[in-house]
Amino acid sequence: MKMLTFARRNAKEILRDPLTLAFGLGFPLILILLMSAIQANIPVPLFEIAHLTPGVTVFGLSFMTLFSASLIAKDRGSAFLQRLYATPLSSLDFILGYTLPILPIAVAQSFICYLVAMMLGLEMTVNILFAVLFIIPVSLLFIALGLLFGSILTDKQVGGICGALLTNLSAWLSGIWFDLALVGGAFKKIAYALPFVHAVELERALLVGDFAAIFPHLWWVIGYALACLALAVFLFLRQMKTQ
Amino acid sequence: MSAIKIEGLTKRYHDTVAVDNLSLSIEEGELFSLLGVNGAGKTTTIKMLSCLAAPTAGDAYLFGNSICRDTAAVKSLIAVSPQETAVARGLSVRENLALICGVYGFTKDKSAAKITELTEALGLSAVIDKKAGKLSGGWQRRLSIAMALISEPKILFLDEPTLGLDVIARSDLWDIIRTLKGKVTIILTTHYMEEAEALSDRIAIMRDGRLLICDTAAEIKRTADTDSFEEAFVRIVKGVAK
Repeated sequence: MKMLTFARRNAKEILRDPLTLAFGLGFPLILILLMSAIQANIPVPLFEIAHLTPGVTVFGLSFMTLFSASLIAKDRGSAFLQRLYATPLSSLDFILGYTLPILPIAVAQSFICYLVAMMLGLEMTVNILFAVLFIIPVSLLFIALGLLFGSILTDKQVGGICGALLTNLSAWLSGIWFDLALVGGAFKKIAYALPFVHAVELERALLVGDFAAIFPHLWWVIGYALACLALAVFLFLRQMKTQ
Repeated sequence: MSAIKIEGLTKRYHDTVAVDNLSLSIEEGELFSLLGVNGAGKTTTIKMLSCLAAPTAGDAYLFGNSICRDTAAVKSLIAVSPQETAVARGLSVRENLALICGVYGFTKDKSAAKITELTEALGLSAVIDKKAGKLSGGWQRRLSIAMALISEPKILFLDEPTLGLDVIARSDLWDIIRTLKGKVTIILTTHYMEEAEALSDRIAIMRDGRLLICDTAAEIKRTADTDSFEEAFVRIVKGVAK
């Protein structure tokens, strides 16, 4: 109950920020529309709607990291957390309270992206539901990164690290905008050692119903999500002690 | 029973001693002020008493509950209004108050009653549905104190509650604090001498983490042999009092 009260507050803070709508929903939709328009004039297999949409849904999640990290960093900076640390809220209440409200926002973002893609010609199949369902572990990864960065960075630093660096990393190293095999070498190896391309390939496999192909990508995503979550919890608890 | 009993409380950060072997007792319903220049150890003392920082040595008991061993019990007795503005900026005044009610596990009816009571007592009714982030500094401080009071604390920590406020807003807050005297044990830190003198039952003056004197404002002036409380503070801190 206490945790839910705190979680509701966090959801309100995020949803009332106009940037949430602009970047969380507007930007991914613009990308889908823009790339579909390019595809209509100059057909490129990479930008076919069934290939593009899973990538955009994953890329859109990098903004969840930004929202989550921003909120935590602002709370830390404004002494709001200091006030709450002196209340009966437990460490677990704080961690769940910051994590849970972003999950439905992330799922809704993914669902709306697929909805718009269907309007643009994506075939309506049950696989879309699987793709939306499996966005949950991918979202956990991005939310954990938000908790992690929010625990160690200031509000301004969050803008640079999550707003610029992470969005670029998840764009360049995910195979959404170009085939990683075209670059190959160390670049491709680095990309496949990180979770972003695995998240995109997991979603692409689900959308076409090739369930055997979701492995090993699902393990990569879950592994990274758990590792990031563990590190994020450690760093959050550490900053709690140093308040 | 004392509301707060502090025994040899010490806090060290590496080579710095922020609070050095502090011992004192504060009675229930007392308004007790902690005074000192920057770095005197006031805020660190409050952080330890409110379980935000663990003492390096010593202990303190809030209504018999140790800040080292009974943190959950201590947290259920206290509320803190931090030095900086500590409100949820995207939430309205009503939502901020409801948030604290929820955190303390109040029922819906009790929350509604407490919100009405506190908004009337602190004159927040006019801004109840405004976003906290859009309020002036004075209104935000009022809200901050209301958020601290709504949990019905037995001990309230007010860390520099009037810092940066204009004269009228400060006067308004003084009136609010006066209405709380005797009902809640209040620990106040401030840089304003006149504030401590006007509001406090007793005042402790600290320097370099050590307690220099703890008495009523009148006794502190008598000790320092001056009619001005500010002058008394300066003499005691500089070590030139009789």
